[in-house]
Order: sequence, then structure tokens, then C-alpha cells
Amino acid sequence: MKLLGGLAVLFAVLLGGIGCGGGSDGPLTVYSGREEELVAPLFEMFTEETGVEVEVRYGDSAELAATIAEEGENSPADVFWAQDPGSLGAVEEYLDPLPDGVLAMVPERFRDRDGRWVGTSGRSRVLVYNSDALAEGEVPDSVFELTDPRWKGRIGIAPTNASFQAFVTAMRLTEGDEATRQWLLDLAANAPKEYEKNTPIVEAAAAGEIDLGLVNHYYLYLVKQEQPDAPIANHFLESGDPGALVSVAGAGELESASDPSNAERFIEFLLSENGQRFYVDAAEEAEYPLVEGIEPKEGLPPLDELEGPNVDLASFGTEHEATIELLRETGYLT
Amino acid sequence: MRRGAGTRAPLLLVATAGIVVGLLLLPLAYLMIRVAAGGRTLDVLGEAETWRLVWNTLILAVGVVTTTIAVGVPLAWLVTRTDLPARRVWSTAAALPLVIPSYVAAFCLLGFFGSRGLLADALGVDRLPEVKGYWGSLAALTLATYPYVFLLTRSSLQSLDPSLEDAARGLGVSARRTLLLVTAPAIRSAVGLGALLVALYTLSDFGVVSLMDYDTLTRAIYVQYKSLFDRAPAATLALLLVALTALALVVEYRTRRRGRLYRAGPGTQRQPPLVRLGRWRAAALAYCSLVVGIFLVLPAGVLGYWLVRGVANERELGTPWNETINSLAASGLAAVAAVAAAIPVATLALRYPSRSSRTLERLSYAGNALPGLVIALSLVFFAARYASPVYQTIGLLVFAYVVRFFPQGLSGVESALERVNPRYEEAARSLGHGPLRTTAFVTVPLMRSGLLAGAALVFLSAMKELPATLLLRPIGFETLATEIWGLTQVGAYSRAALPALVLIVVSAPVLYLVSATRRFESGAAG
Repeated sequence: MKLLGGLAVLFAVLLGGIGCGGGSDGPLTVYSGREEELVAPLFEMFTEETGVEVEVRYGDSAELAATIAEEGENSPADVFWAQDPGSLGAVEEYLDPLPDGVLAMVPERFRDRDGRWVGTSGRSRVLVYNSDALAEGEVPDSVFELTDPRWKGRIGIAPTNASFQAFVTAMRLTEGDEATRQWLLDLAANAPKEYEKNTPIVEAAAAGEIDLGLVNHYYLYLVKQEQPDAPIANHFLESGDPGALVSVAGAGELESASDPSNAERFIEFLLSENGQRFYVDAAEEAEYPLVEGIEPKEGLPPLDELEGPNVDLASFGTEHEATIELLRETGYLT
Repeated sequence: MRRGAGTRAPLLLVATAGIVVGLLLLPLAYLMIRVAAGGRTLDVLGEAETWRLVWNTLILAVGVVTTTIAVGVPLAWLVTRTDLPARRVWSTAAALPLVIPSYVAAFCLLGFFGSRGLLADALGVDRLPEVKGYWGSLAALTLATYPYVFLLTRSSLQSLDPSLEDAARGLGVSARRTLLLVTAPAIRSAVGLGALLVALYTLSDFGVVSLMDYDTLTRAIYVQYKSLFDRAPAATLALLLVALTALALVVEYRTRRRGRLYRAGPGTQRQPPLVRLGRWRAAALAYCSLVVGIFLVLPAGVLGYWLVRGVANERELGTPWNETINSLAASGLAAVAAVAAAIPVATLALRYPSRSSRTLERLSYAGNALPGLVIALSLVFFAARYASPVYQTIGLLVFAYVVRFFPQGLSGVESALERVNPRYEEAARSLGHGPLRTTAFVTVPLMRSGLLAGAALVFLSAMKELPATLLLRPIGFETLATEIWGLTQVGAYSRAALPALVLIVVSAPVLYLVSATRRFESGAAG
């Protein structure tokens, strides 16, 4: 009983003490859908450069978007930095337009039309393949070849993952809903293996569980960190193919931001020379810098050579629901 | 054995229990708000797909409950009632998988049995048959949850008054029939309670079914949240989970006995005579080895292998000290809070049984099959709007743990209270003590072991909790679970292995509290 009583007092004291610390002033608060393992050094660089302390809540982009939506006007977040345009689009109504000077740093195709968010790094959809099983010449140049029966049971996809869904949106926008439905049905007939997200697909390709996988290009480098000798490589698809979609991670400033000037400073920093060189210099990173004049990591084709499908990334938020519906109808989602 | 209908429950008790249950129902209120605001509920309910999910979820829950009983109950009997060699060692080892988070268990099973896992490597074959889907989910969830059944059954067998069995034997009933007619009914409510915890865990689990690629309601709720920003369909699916919870509660309630077997006294007790295994000894040992081998040694071995591979590849491995301290602090607070909150609810339900007190107790389970994400978002909704000073504080995180794991605390409190003979309380009352004093100085001390066991269960679950922790923790508050998540997100298994092993190692001693029932109970006599 003494023990329980003591614990109860301790509990009350702790709760009381911590409860006082909930004010909204002070450091810049960023909700980051980008993984801590990858981007933590960027936050440190920002603080070093500007003296502004940053508090980061890491999480899944879509879950953070749902959190912002539930928080409504009381969100403690100043900046939302997401993995994909879809999550940013989902909370559009809570974002403030960014200044023209910030928007102008990035090519038009990598930002929101209304200026509510801006791309901070680019990633291309590619086919990752097992280089023991296939020579590069044997790897298809278009996703439309993947419905050929010879790929039966050899392909890996992640249909519940936002990056795969964005690719399907791109196909819908360029080829139309009917063609996309047909492609999805034909692909399903080829019994692709399903994974939760990109990393396990690349690992499965490394293990020979699959020969080909539809992924973003930079996961290859992450898996190589873990398994340096894995027999895997990326194949970039032909220009205009929906499977060659170039998408972005992006950032926006919350309307409810307690400190708008620092929120803007942070987004500007992400687009500065240092912020963009990070994707070239960091060992585990291989994304594309978006600001002109900064070359990507060695071995990657230059960004302006990547002619993905001609689509407006900013529309992905509103197009998302129709994509999901199509994926549900064709049996990819529940 | 029961109070007469005339005994009215004290108002303070009713009020406290009412407030506790009211707070536990917040997620349900949130779902109602979302469903009301959306309006696609009928569409969702009309789809064949929805009912396929319900069916998938149901057969998984039934499957996991069946296998956990099949694994847990014989094991509990072997380690308490037979002359199995090294009983204590088996008893501890068999409980240990409780500290392995189910998503880690799934990773390990896939890493070993996967079509290109370690086993395929070792056998030198190119690939093994796929272990994903229903059977893979069943295996990983059995691993993660059978200890609930095992622990509750074991504690029930240990505290069962041997004089009851002796009486049966004295009346000339054979040993086998005594087992069937006296022992089995006596442990039935403990097995039922364990099975209920298993069912709730299975209904709410996301980690395993997503890794194993098996479609359940919980997985669909996640997909909805991740991909659609219309929240009504997700809320509708979540309410279907609540309906399945109600079903589980009804089934469990039917297995409970009306009359209870109280101990004659808390004092010294004899060891019940041990059953000689004789020629069954080898079979029993093989069985124990199999369970412990698959459910404990194998996952620990896979983690060890990843760790070694990480060291070999010269990856940076930092010891997660801060994360460990944070996990321990938040889980410890949650354990104390959950048990404290369970005492009034259990007391009301067991000491003042009536339709309404039972209903109140049952209602406290309503949110417990809900996925952590739904509970987290519901608390985001209420706290950010109406309680912003506590939003994103450790207080709210602890509250979320209590909401998620309340039944585990309640199970400990109730099973202890069931074994405290109300006559002691009546004696205290007749000597002029009020109900509060009686609870504080008579009942609670007699229940110490059960309280600790309940607290330990909540603690272990909170240590492993991920989805609510991610959204509700104070910024920068890293726990072992979030650390493991962050690393597996980018596929860094060799670096995730260390925090996973640390989680297992620091959780393990707490199991001792669950196991220490007997010592405390006999201690309470003094």
C-alpha cells in the first residue's frame, strides 16, 4: 500500500510538472514525414546556421496529415515536411501560401500551383532488378511491358504505399482511367508479389525473391548500406512513361504557425545551397536536388533528362481518391 | 458468497468508476462524430469487400484464440502440476515471448522461415514456400499472445486451493475425473480472460497483418487513413471492430462461472501433489522445447544474427540509453495509472454485482480492439481542441496507454479480487470501518499480487506500443519502439536489432512480478 501510495504521488507530481510545459512559443515545430535516419543532420545544419532551435515530430506522412487535420486550428506544427505531394494536398486548407521568392527557387513542375507547398527533393520511379537474374538490356523500358506473361510472379509492388499510388495517378492522368484499369487487371493476372513499401521490394529483389520491382530510385542506396554486395541495380524507364514519374518530397507552412518568419526561413534553408547539397553528399541519400545548378549524386542521370509523364503534381491530392477507388475496384486494396 | 440485493454501492465508488469508464469511451465518441460527419457509412456497409474483411478478421481471431489455448493451457498445467524436470526454467522461458513486440516477431519469423530466409540459406535450397497470409499471421500472433493465456492459467492453477481437489479425491473421484470436474472448471474463467485479451490484441493488431500481407479490418482502417482523407469509412470499419469486441465479450462472459471458488484463507498452503509424468516425461519435455524453441529462441536468434551482421558490416551501433529510460518511465506510469483506474471498476462489478455494474465494466472494453492509430487520432482530436495544455505531453501519452491496455490491468485486479474472500471485508465492515478504509486496508493488501500482475501486463504492452506513441509522444521523446520503427522504416535491420534486444532484456525482469503471485499471496497472511 505504501508502495502504491508513493507511486501515485510521484505520478501526480510528474503529470503536474510536465503539464505546465505545453505553451506554443519557443522553437520551430516541424512535422516530418521524412525519416529521421535520413534527414536529422539537415535539422542540425539549420540550427547551426540560423541559431533557431527546431523540434521535430517524425512519423508517417499520411498519419501526420491525418493528425494535422484532427488538430485543426490548434496544431502546434509550424511546418509540414512530407514524403509526397498527396499528403500535402490533403491538408491544403491548413497551409499558408509561400512567398514568391521561395517558390521561384524550384522549377514549376515541382511545386503547388497555388503556392501552398514547394518541392524540396526529387525522386524518380524506376524498376529495381536483380542483376544476377537479368542483364540491364533485358529489363523493360516501359511499365506497359510488365503485363507480358513472361514476368508472371517475378514482379514486386507496394500497392498500399503512397509512392505506388502516385504512379497510378500519373498513369490515370496520362492514359485515362480505362487504360489504367486494364493495365491494373493485366498486371494482377501476372500475380505480382505485394509488399508494404519500397524497402522490402528492393530487399526481395536482392534476395532473388523477385526479379523486378516498381520503386523509387533512392531505396537502392539504403539497402546497399545494409547489404553492400547485393546484386541489385536501378533501371530508368523511357521518357513519358508513367513508370518514369518524377515526384517530390515537399514542405508547406501551417496557417496556425506561431512563428511564420522562422517557418519560411526553414523552407528557404531546405532550398539553399547547403540544404540541397545534402542529397548529394550524405552517404545514405541519393535524391535529386531540385534547385538549378546542383548536380545529383554520381551515377544518376541528370534531372532534366528525366522526362516523366507530363502531369501536375499539385493535382495529386485531389486525384488521390479516384486512384484509390480504382485500386479498390481492381482488387489491389481492401 | 454474494451480497444481498439490498447492499447499495457507495456513491463515491460509482462516481469514480463512471468517470474512468467515461474517459475510456472517448475513442468511441470520436468515431461517432466522424461517422456522423461523413455519411458514406451505408455505402461501406453495403460492400461485399467489407464483409470479406469482417470474415477474415473473425477467422484470424478465432484461430489465434484456439492456438493460444492449445499452446498455453497444457504448458501451464505441466509447469505447475507435474514433476516436469526444471519446471521453473520452463515456466520463465515460456512466459518470455510476451516481451517481444508482435511486429518484431513477424520480422523474425519472416527472416527465418521466409521464402529466402535464413532457413532456406541453411538448407541450401533456392526458396521455401511462402509463409505469409493467414498462416503467417496466425503464427506471429500466437507467438506474441499465447503468454496471456499461459500466465493467467498458471496463476489460477497456482492459487487454486488444493483442498478442493483433495475433497474430490477423498470422495473417491479418480485423478483424471478430478482434473475434469474440479480443476478444469476452476481455471475456466482464467483461460477465458486470457483468450479475451488474445482476441482483443488480434483484432487491433496492424504490424503483423501488414507484414504478412493479410487483409483484416485493422489493416483496411490503416489503408483508409493513409490514402483517403475522408475519415467516415475508416470510422465505420472501426465501429465494426467494436461490434466484434462485443461479440468476444459475450462469448467470454458465457464461459465464466457464476459461483466462484474462493480460498478458505490466505494463509499457508500446501503444495498440491505433483502428477508423475512417468513415460510421458520425454514427450512433455519435447513439447516444452518446441514451444520455447520456436517462440523464444528463434526470434532472439534472428535478432542476434542481424546484430552480428551489423557489427560485421561496421554499421554504427549506439546503445539506446535515452530511449530505454523514456520507455521505462512512460510504461511505468501507465502501469500504475491503469491499475489504479481498474480498482473502482473491478470493485463495483464484483462486490456490488448488478446488471448496471456489469454493463459498466463491460463498457470499459469497448475501445480495446481498436487499432492504436484510431485511439491516437481520437485523443489528438479531443486534446488539441479541448485540452491543449496536455496535448503532446507525457501525460496524454500515458493516458493513451491506459485507454489501450485497461483490460489487462483490469484482468489482474479482477482475478485478485475474485480470490479475496468477501468475508474478510465483511468482518472489517462489521468492526466499524467504512467502505473506503476497508478497500484501502483490507482488500487492496490482500490483492497485492494481482495488482502487481495487472500492472506488469500493462507495463509490458506499453513498452511495445507503437502507433499511439508515434503520434502522441512529446516531440523528441524517443522510445525503444519508435527507435525500432525508425530504423526498420529505412531497412536498417542490423541497427534495429539492438534496440529490439534491449527492449526484450529490460522487459524480462518485469515478468517476474507476474510470476511472483504465490510469494506475495502467502506474504499477505502475516
